[in-house]
Amino acid sequence: MANEERPTTTGFSVIGKRTAMVDAAEKTTGAGKYTDDLSVPGMLVGKILHSPYPHARIKRIDASKAQALEGVSAVVTGEDAPVTYGILPIGHDEHALAVDKVRYVGDNVACVAAETEAIAEQALELIDVEYELLPAWFDPEQSMKAEAEFIHEGRPHNIEKEYHHVFGDPEKGFAESDYVHEARYIANEVTHAAMEPHSTLASFELDPHTGKLGRLTVWSSTQVPYYLQHKLSLVLEMPMAQIRVIKPLVGGGFGGKSEVIPLEIIAAIAARAAKRPVKITYTREEVFWAHRGRPRTIVDLKTGVKKDGRIVAVRARVVQDGGAYCSYGPVTILYSGALLGAIYDIPNVGYDGYRVLTNKPACGAMRGHGTVNVRFAFESQLDEICAALKLDPKEVRQKNFLKPPCITVNNLRVLSYGLPDCVQKVAAASRWKERRGKLGRGRGLGMGCSHYVSGAANSIIRSDMPHSTVNIKVDRDGGVVVYTGASEIGQGSDTMTAQVAAEVLGCALSRVRVVAADTDLTPIDIGSYSSRVTMMAGNATLRAAEEIRKQIASAAARKMNCAPEDLVFREDKVLNNNLGARALSPAKEHRNAAEILETTDAPRGPSVSGRVEGQILRGSLQQKRKEEGPKDWMTFEEAVVAAIDFHGALTGTGSYAPSLDARGGKFKGAGVGPSPAYSYSAQVAEVSVDEETGEVTVHKVWAAHDCGRALNPVSVEGQIIGSVWMGLGQALQEEMVWKDGMLMNPGLLEYRSPSSVESPEIEPFIVESIDPEGPFGAKECSEGSLAATIPAIANAIYDAVGIRLREAPFTPERVLAALRAQKNAKKLNLTEGVDPTSPARFREHGGALWFRGKGPQRHPRDPAITGQQGSAGGDD
Amino acid sequence: MKKELISLRVNGRTHELAVEPSKLLLDALREDLRLTGSKRGCDDSSCGACTVQVGGIPMLACTLLAASCQEQEITTVEGVSEHGSLAAIQKAYGDWGGAQCGFCTPGFIMTVKYLLANNPHPTETEIKQALSGNLCRCTGYNQMYEAIKSAIEAEQQGLAASK
Ligand code: FES
Ligand code: FES
Repeated sequence: MANEERPTTTGFSVIGKRTAMVDAAEKTTGAGKYTDDLSVPGMLVGKILHSPYPHARIKRIDASKAQALEGVSAVVTGEDAPVTYGILPIGHDEHALAVDKVRYVGDNVACVAAETEAIAEQALELIDVEYELLPAWFDPEQSMKAEAEFIHEGRPHNIEKEYHHVFGDPEKGFAESDYVHEARYIANEVTHAAMEPHSTLASFELDPHTGKLGRLTVWSSTQVPYYLQHKLSLVLEMPMAQIRVIKPLVGGGFGGKSEVIPLEIIAAIAARAAKRPVKITYTREEVFWAHRGRPRTIVDLKTGVKKDGRIVAVRARVVQDGGAYCSYGPVTILYSGALLGAIYDIPNVGYDGYRVLTNKPACGAMRGHGTVNVRFAFESQLDEICAALKLDPKEVRQKNFLKPPCITVNNLRVLSYGLPDCVQKVAAASRWKERRGKLGRGRGLGMGCSHYVSGAANSIIRSDMPHSTVNIKVDRDGGVVVYTGASEIGQGSDTMTAQVAAEVLGCALSRVRVVAADTDLTPIDIGSYSSRVTMMAGNATLRAAEEIRKQIASAAARKMNCAPEDLVFREDKVLNNNLGARALSPAKEHRNAAEILETTDAPRGPSVSGRVEGQILRGSLQQKRKEEGPKDWMTFEEAVVAAIDFHGALTGTGSYAPSLDARGGKFKGAGVGPSPAYSYSAQVAEVSVDEETGEVTVHKVWAAHDCGRALNPVSVEGQIIGSVWMGLGQALQEEMVWKDGMLMNPGLLEYRSPSSVESPEIEPFIVESIDPEGPFGAKECSEGSLAATIPAIANAIYDAVGIRLREAPFTPERVLAALRAQKNAKKLNLTEGVDPTSPARFREHGGALWFRGKGPQRHPRDPAITGQQGSAGGDD
Repeated sequence: MKKELISLRVNGRTHELAVEPSKLLLDALREDLRLTGSKRGCDDSSCGACTVQVGGIPMLACTLLAASCQEQEITTVEGVSEHGSLAAIQKAYGDWGGAQCGFCTPGFIMTVKYLLANNPHPTETEIKQALSGNLCRCTGYNQMYEAIKSAIEAEQQGLAASK
């Protein structure tokens, strides 16, 4: 790859090249270890008892029979760790194991640690729990009307948080508009369903002096090792210094591992009680209950425009069905507002957001956190406006672009803005002008745009701590070790880190080893979420590497009789780039750095085989070159040796905190939304609709994404494709189906993630806007594309058959219903004449494993049976 | 449940183990033989992360009893590397972004190995159909197709070179 190109002293030598991930072989050979692959001597298996009721008081738990079972080491309940916690400092409302109440079907009640899984399961059956049932709330709009029996004390009307923001003057804006459009959009609940089920292994060391339990080590499938360490310390009431969190390989996160999941604390509580290591791995069904996915969101949206499509005002009322605990809820509802009106130049924005509690598993952060469902509403409504005013949706978007550098109406700082290029690229590639509206009935094109943060400018734990710190150590043989808390979860974090270090140091990528996400070894990084790693850990790595480079340069410059500033670091060499200045030196003929690079044949970094001979060779080469006096260049190793001889050691530290002017406004809730930089996406989807079956087929998605600079194009493209694909799932088929607080599809067969035959070709286009604050100009690329896909598909369906789908996913049922409404045909009732207590949809299959055929017993005042309850799925 | 002695032939070696008759092949591999490359991603035979080859055919190890696989040649992802280095398909998955988090990758590698062994020049549709029993939540599959195509090319070049 790099070798084929002519070497130069400008441009980049490592970044921007298509690079296999540094841990690729571990993954393709099966050698890499994920948490569930680990075991330690004496390890027990932990199994959790879950609540069968959506809302109930725990009156009594009798675990004595379970305790007595042969092979059981410990049974723990809420009493063993009654401290509340939560990912947000303002939302400490969870217990690892329920203390007085259970709040959703699947809530955690007790945990057994036993020799084998079979014994643990048997013991769960022996735990006797007496519940007193309480009325339960399943629909957010009903839940908001509750007058008593609130899900949490101190949360009247079950409202977790509400925010009301006004920027500019929306009412005046609507009055000045030529056309105002208003509609309700609903996006149903989806979940991450990462392929690796959550897993945690917790193990205590014995204190050498007292023989009591001492330090705790936790291996866990987490995106946030530092937050996990923090919450473990809180709940177990141990100092953080006594807790070591190690993140092995993680099999996908998408936000589902970006907060502390109950099993992570439960495993530690059980290990403490059993005095032996305990591993808990969720079943796939438990993963669905643990959830923390994207909430069902109801968006009432109003947009006012001028005749030519200039947007004048936007107002949104957003209700999110947050489930039973706070989780990231307030952040989610704030993102929905903060990023609503900030992709285009909109002078007047009004926002009312409600995060509501219901008796279902808690929702949390999921890829595109908070922005996806409102973006679906907004971009769909824009398309509706274009249809009403007979305008081209592409041109209307172009009329409303921001003019950066700028500050949006809600105080977000935008320095780089690749959206115009993105729109241009996908329009050209899809032949938008020639083909939209001209593909005949049944086939169509649709456009959607989106944007996302490159990390939050304000951390959720308020402090002046840098968001990321990185240490680098260089060994005498030129090995570079980068210590970073950033969490590789499949997105390429470790590879990005290695690339940035290698680029700055001008050394071969193979020299760099990344030690990541081990709280004993690596400095603090707050985790892999909100697409922050490249921006923050990337910048911290860059700074740490620059510090090292400075030290090497000062030592090498002495050897080479030149100024440190004259040195360039490239291709495993340190070269003097200013030989003109040394014209009087006695050395032979002088060549410039580029010529040296072209002609020298020094080793390009250690190869795995032949390492020993290489070293001997290099040793004698070094000896020979030492005798030659001042030189035009040194190998990286020679320069490192010189620096270590001179400085005594070669280590560097770098850290990053977002600049002050990126941190947003001062109003309540202003902390969420600000970011050092924003990514932008534009997409065109081509679909066909089968009017007989209601089935929508996506043929192709053209997806352009402004990632600032593509440090590793393979990864950037992979992230774009993966995001679009996940958006496609939410658009067409993924949906959590609820009946009375019971999840009807807690498995990968029923929660229908698209398989290879359902997945279209996705053509990624990289747009590089070179952000001034990003490392080498880079910003986010892993989340932003998701949100554009759903409206692009909705708009393409409209182009194909003229129906407007305002509820996602666009399942055949919903498409058929809309097609029949278009023809004024009678509504199809798929359950007509069927026993009303039987499932209301095809996909309901009768419930979860533990449920064993019995329906949940209900409180007499339960809204679900007194008839005030809307249908769980919501109507179009 | 009383344990029974069975013998399993995995990646060319024979192992004797004492397992309950109900023990699943996946658990025997992961727990008894410590071959953790094969993964468990679901409860109901729906994800393909556990795919191994039994007698050369890709099978879900989570859905087979270990005792029923005696006297068969079992290949797991750990048995795919050739002479201590990556097989063409493994290298290609790494180079082309076919593996992101990698949790699904061992299952895909076993499925693709079978596909290419039986159909060295599959069409795009054949590839898609062959992969449809394995789920991936990261890649959207597109880069896997690139990887498979490049592995086929690499095999051909290798063959041509050895002639
Ligand atoms: S573990 Fe999912 S199919 Fe076997
Ligand atoms: S690479 Fe993560 S599930 Fe396939």
